[in-house]
Amino acid sequence: MKLEGRKICKGKVEGEALATKDGISFYGGVEPETGKVVEKGHELEGQSVAGKILVFPEGKGSTVGSYVLYNLKKNGVAPKAIVNKECETIVAVGCIISEIPCVDHIEIEKLKTGDKVKVDAEKGIVETE
Amino acid sequence: MKLTQEEQEMLEGKQGNSARKSMEILSALGDIFGAERLIGVKSVQIAGVSYHNLQEAGLEFLEEMAKDGKVRVFTTLNPAGMDLKEWKKLGISPEFAEKQLKVIEAFAKMGVKTTCTCTPYLIGNRPAQGDHIAWSESSAVCFANSVLGAYTNREGGPSALAAAITGKTPEFGFHLDKNRQAQVTVEVKAPIESYTDWGALGHAIGEKVGKKIVLITGIEKADEDSLKIFSASIATYAGAALYHVEGITPNKTEKPAETVEITAEDLKKSKEFLTDATEVDIVAVGCPHCSLAEMEAIAKGLEGKQVKKEFWICVAREVRDKAAEKGLVEKIEAAGAKIACDTCMAVAPLKGRFKGLATNSAKAVFYGRGKNSFKTIFCDLDRCIKLAVRE
Repeated sequence: MKLEGRKICKGKVEGEALATKDGISFYGGVEPETGKVVEKGHELEGQSVAGKILVFPEGKGSTVGSYVLYNLKKNGVAPKAIVNKECETIVAVGCIISEIPCVDHIEIEKLKTGDKVKVDAEKGIVETE
Repeated sequence: MKLTQEEQEMLEGKQGNSARKSMEILSALGDIFGAERLIGVKSVQIAGVSYHNLQEAGLEFLEEMAKDGKVRVFTTLNPAGMDLKEWKKLGISPEFAEKQLKVIEAFAKMGVKTTCTCTPYLIGNRPAQGDHIAWSESSAVCFANSVLGAYTNREGGPSALAAAITGKTPEFGFHLDKNRQAQVTVEVKAPIESYTDWGALGHAIGEKVGKKIVLITGIEKADEDSLKIFSASIATYAGAALYHVEGITPNKTEKPAETVEITAEDLKKSKEFLTDATEVDIVAVGCPHCSLAEMEAIAKGLEGKQVKKEFWICVAREVRDKAAEKGLVEKIEAAGAKIACDTCMAVAPLKGRFKGLATNSAKAVFYGRGKNSFKTIFCDLDRCIKLAVRE
């Protein structure tokens, strides 16, 4: 299946999807040291975003979240790529400064946790087997 | 988004690595939000200064940007995690202080004026009506848009830095007149006089209206300090970046037909919501940072008294220095209160050190509860002082 969207930050990667219908607040919601989602009641609470193709509708919360993405990258626990329904400033800026490939305007309902996913952010394309 | 030749050169890295990264950030944001072009900004205010929020990687990012990045417009900073000079007095650890000073050093290297304040408009970073700017701090953004009539979106730390380095910002959102019109009229049916009235009004609007742009009617007068504390409250509880007050704020807007009333009962409910403590072990004022007039009121209120609890007065360093010239700092410190420059309650690492906060700021209540797990008492300055001098 090939899904077409829009480039937010360039890069080409393959990996396993970690998908949620909940928005993500990186500041306060994800531990910068481990990549673990710590937001109470979040669908992904207790799971790690490290090395995943992280699929979620949109970012939320404090703009400091951009720096949390950067911290995740430096700590080696960032997602491999981010796939959004509608990317907003916090995630977009976080991806650009951290060089995490990011695509939005994707029908994320079609992606589920465990899917093998290829992301070609330059072309805005997300493919599953 | 169409880029000029110079902007294109920045994007291609011909003006250095920091300018390239900055232009990447701005062009991505411009594309996401449907901007057609970049526009020049007159000034910038950058958030993401406290080491508490930045952590090691954030510091590395700033040091990387500082290698060849220089700001092109007047730029100041949001509060840091400590008083940059007298951090020991506030109980900050030497390890934290060392990292925090490195953050400031990186900004200084880029040519930023390293005054750390949420009230840049009180220390010379004061835009004129109609100026386009790129500011970060939510209360300052709200004040600049609403009270000064400047044009700014609410920038994150990196996008504000990118605007400073390039002197540009994408033209969307609050930079366009069509997005600055009121969406709902808020009729205030109760007298709004004290700071806590203004703070409660911001909270009540958040509860009843949410994030829409409001035109507030029924307010007879409002001085700048009241609008300062109101801007902080409505930004915190309603997420507002712009509001209008009929007969008071400078922006032109039509009066929306959709109307919501705020009654004395609503304000009472908001005040009750903002108070939950029984015991106080820290009192803090200056959220947003105090004006000179507020410093005068505090000095007068503390005259001949001695505080028995931790008492923080947060203020921009330049305003503190002006207060010192008038002998106010001496009076305040003689009463045992602490003047904290460059920092504030919301960003300093205070968790675990105190339990009950008394403050005259609705915004400080929010961060005191959320970040520091404090219980709070929301009250005006005279009562804050009474609580501080009590055993």
